[in-house]
Amino acid sequence: MKAPPFEYIRPAQLQDAIAALAKHGPDAKAIAGGQSLVPMLAFRLTAPRFLVDIGRIPDLNRIIIADDAIRLGPLVRWRDIERSAPLQRAHPLLCEAVRHVAHYQIRNRGTVGGSLAHADPAAELPGIAVTCDATIVLESPRGQRSIAAREFFLAALSTALAPDELIVELSLPPWPPNRRWSFVEFARRSGDFALAGVAVFYDVGPNGQAINVRIGAIGIAPTPLRLTAVEAVLEGRTVTQSVIRATGTAACNSVDPADDIHAPGQYRRALFGVLTERAVAKAGGITLREDDA
Amino acid sequence: MLSSSVVRFTVNGKPVTATVEARMTLADCLRHELKLTGTHVGCEHGICGACTIIMDGAAVRSCLVFAMQAEQADIITVEGLAAADTLSPLQASFRKHHALQCGFCTPGILTTMHALLSEEPDASAERVREVLSGNICRCTGYVSIVEAVLDARTAYANKAAGGAAL
Repeated sequence: MKAPPFEYIRPAQLQDAIAALAKHGPDAKAIAGGQSLVPMLAFRLTAPRFLVDIGRIPDLNRIIIADDAIRLGPLVRWRDIERSAPLQRAHPLLCEAVRHVAHYQIRNRGTVGGSLAHADPAAELPGIAVTCDATIVLESPRGQRSIAAREFFLAALSTALAPDELIVELSLPPWPPNRRWSFVEFARRSGDFALAGVAVFYDVGPNGQAINVRIGAIGIAPTPLRLTAVEAVLEGRTVTQSVIRATGTAACNSVDPADDIHAPGQYRRALFGVLTERAVAKAGGITLREDDA
Repeated sequence: MLSSSVVRFTVNGKPVTATVEARMTLADCLRHELKLTGTHVGCEHGICGACTIIMDGAAVRSCLVFAMQAEQADIITVEGLAAADTLSPLQASFRKHHALQCGFCTPGILTTMHALLSEEPDASAERVREVLSGNICRCTGYVSIVEAVLDARTAYANKAAGGAAL
């Protein structure tokens, strides 16, 4: 359980980090908080020859709340999100999801950029990024490019990040004040990766109906998913017991999780249906009638 | 063979220097290079919490930090909690409540709870349990640990109000 040998590089500036990544290409890997990468190294699931530590680069830990977007630097830690009162108001769904990330000690060190780059299928932040239609900004010697979160996550632990690119920002669309939302996940042990999780949000139309519905899932596919078929069930309707049940049924029908060592696919599918019902009920402020569920 | 590098940081108030391979974790550096064996190593992949230390005020798993990343950091290990031979209020509370049996997990729990109560001296039982979920104890069943932590809160609240150092 010791990491394979590597050379350690600690650039002082962003340009130095990008130059180091460009120089060493696929032999190099950026490390920030290291809360996903160090276990990967300990298990020898990856063995880069160079680790480029971006942890000391200034200004990469900024949280900017503007009218047009909420921007998080790659070195923003879960702890920073949890403790930012302005962010609780500016993006409550993000903050609630982050409270589910791993354990206290991990949240003190794990970062936004690290979670996105690691791309665990059950990780909370990638799920929020896809559900919210976030944009990820990447920088390389060729300059900056922006990529939609839904196009960034390619497969489990696999992203569109090129070897010489560094994540420099996660940009979330602004959050209207009266939006209804919830985030629900289930893990067998507190702090474990979730077996499944769901994020729901919608705005309230003039007649109290749900509009602009977004429903996203984690843990049930190789990447986080937006489930437009489930969104369509809720779109334009008010949240009632029967609508909640219909979203749960649609959720089960929308996903096809594979069997793995943690759970059979059928179990995960059923779990996801239940979690979707709970999430929609919670977003709507309705107590789910368990006998009907 | 890869070359070693020198890393400098502070442990329990004392400046230290160690010559380490880049791949050496902070946990191994503390134990093998600095001979501070109070920090225990359990799972070596960030699950068990036994190796928790306090880095620049925040509880972190020292098996998930490379020693080189600790350059210029301020580190507190379990050895740094007590003043000389006098138990800290948290340690004394663990003794009073029988909050340990084999003691393997205890250094990580003490450092975690010291960091928590230093920042949140009014932490609720629910909060203590939530944070404690990052530390695996196979002996106690956690009940006595929660009681010990809750009982120690007064000392931290007094400290926050300008009382004696912990």
